[in-house]
Amino acid sequence: MPLEPATLLETASAAVKAIGADALLDGIVFRGEVTLVIERDYIVRIIEALRRDPALSFSMLVDITAIDYLEVGREPRFDVVYALVSLEHRHRIRLRAPVPENDCHIQTIVPLWRGADFLEREVFDMFGIAFDGHPDLRRIIMPDNWEGHPLRKDFPLGGATSFYYKQDTDEYAGEPADLVPRIRVQDSDV
Amino acid sequence: MQEIFPTTPPRDTLKTEEMLINMGPQHPSTHGVLRLVVRTDGEMVREAWPHIGYLHRCFEKIAETLPYRAVVPYTDRMDYLASMNNNLAFCLAVEKLGGIEVPERAAYLRVIFAELNRIASHLVAFGTYGLDLGAFTPFLYAFREREMILSICEKISGQRMLYHYPRIGGVARDITPEIAGDIRAFLVQMRKAWPEYNDLLSNNQIFIKRTADVGVITASQAIAWGLTGPCLRGSGVKLDMRKAKPYSLYDKFDFEIPVGEGLKGTTGDCWDRYWVRMLEMMESCKIVEQALNGLPEGETMGKVAKVLRLPAGEVYVPCENPRGELGYYIISDGQTQALRVKARGPSFCNLSITREIVRGVLVADVVAIIGAFDIVLGEVDR
Repeated sequence: MPLEPATLLETASAAVKAIGADALLDGIVFRGEVTLVIERDYIVRIIEALRRDPALSFSMLVDITAIDYLEVGREPRFDVVYALVSLEHRHRIRLRAPVPENDCHIQTIVPLWRGADFLEREVFDMFGIAFDGHPDLRRIIMPDNWEGHPLRKDFPLGGATSFYYKQDTDEYAGEPADLVPRIRVQDSDV
Repeated sequence: MQEIFPTTPPRDTLKTEEMLINMGPQHPSTHGVLRLVVRTDGEMVREAWPHIGYLHRCFEKIAETLPYRAVVPYTDRMDYLASMNNNLAFCLAVEKLGGIEVPERAAYLRVIFAELNRIASHLVAFGTYGLDLGAFTPFLYAFREREMILSICEKISGQRMLYHYPRIGGVARDITPEIAGDIRAFLVQMRKAWPEYNDLLSNNQIFIKRTADVGVITASQAIAWGLTGPCLRGSGVKLDMRKAKPYSLYDKFDFEIPVGEGLKGTTGDCWDRYWVRMLEMMESCKIVEQALNGLPEGETMGKVAKVLRLPAGEVYVPCENPRGELGYYIISDGQTQALRVKARGPSFCNLSITREIVRGVLVADVVAIIGAFDIVLGEVDR
């Protein structure tokens, strides 16, 4: 049976605190979903502990993603988010690990779940957060020679500057201006 | 004869070398624009690297700049074979974040059309899988029944494939007696056609030889790689979001979750994944019938604010797409647009195991393995 959100928060918090006194930064229950904000240096050990604990047994990795808080102005700028599910108890938890912009990396969890491979590569591609120890950390969706990380908030919505060549020659013709300005459409426009 | 075909090939004179070949992006068996770089040794695959991203539209970036209502049509384009399920997943996440109530009639209609769309999607999977393996006829049979679903969906939403029917707070239109009659007629036809499919393909000896014991994924492998949907259940793990954490109204209906049992070979082979889809179609028929019989009277659209400003917070609603767990992780900072929308697509995770299981198989089996995943590249690349 799945644990109640409050009980789950309590049990998981205790498991995280057992790893290190400063490992747990915050615990949130919102709309029945449990989120733990944790110190990124402990990430592998925390996930290992959550997986091993028989009362929690988070046996499957659902998702890895990241959030950019540039517009909100939060420091550190990024959060790497891990979503876990327990096949035994059917409950879920979310872990958020803040990562600063000037020291943009976190430990990989590929040794724990092989499925983290693609997911971490996607976060690296889209946000430029490096995963230490990842076996094959390359871009996955964007071309290998792409510059910039599209899901960062300071990446222009119209795309990065592109360039083109003159017709029939290989001569470089310059860069067009960014045609589409970065906009946020208002609800009244739709 | 002995001179022409020597029993032992002259190893020292025969030049063999490994070849690096491209499968795709335009290969017919890759179901879209998936490119596989395959290192082959004769007919044997030594290593394969999937290359994705050809259909990338950066849905997540677009979703950050649009109001929530305007994001819903974009979700259609992610998994274009199961648009209803995609719309539903996004609407459920927004409704959970905003605490929006959905009228019961709308929730029933959502279930009916999500399940019809699941059948349509599995029919494409069934038809094209046969096509991949050289059986053309089942494809035509599958598209005959799928056409009935598409015309039902066209009648209710005005679109054949990209429906935008579930809306935030309800559904776009109410069902008419004519459409209800069409759905009942479809259920009768589907139950009649299903045994034909099995005669044509499921129990076809050639098909079984091509798929049984091919591309075996053990349960622990499936869990380690984060597989969901028929790919996970084909390996014998009973996990379906409709039962594990019932969303919408799925706790009200009586249906089974089929899992792979290794009927024709090993548990977790391509035939098992295929067979789970076939059984799921019949279970979906059961759900549609129950929902149609229990359809209550009432409104089809709840009360939703004109300018949708959601409270700050984060939600994720796992839903069962035909391909596996689909969910939208929405983070709001209290604005009219989301701070971040992450789509957890099942095909993306299901595809990641390719590299592991195509190692050491025959080149022809790569087609069977990729086909059995039933990936939709629109959702892999997002």
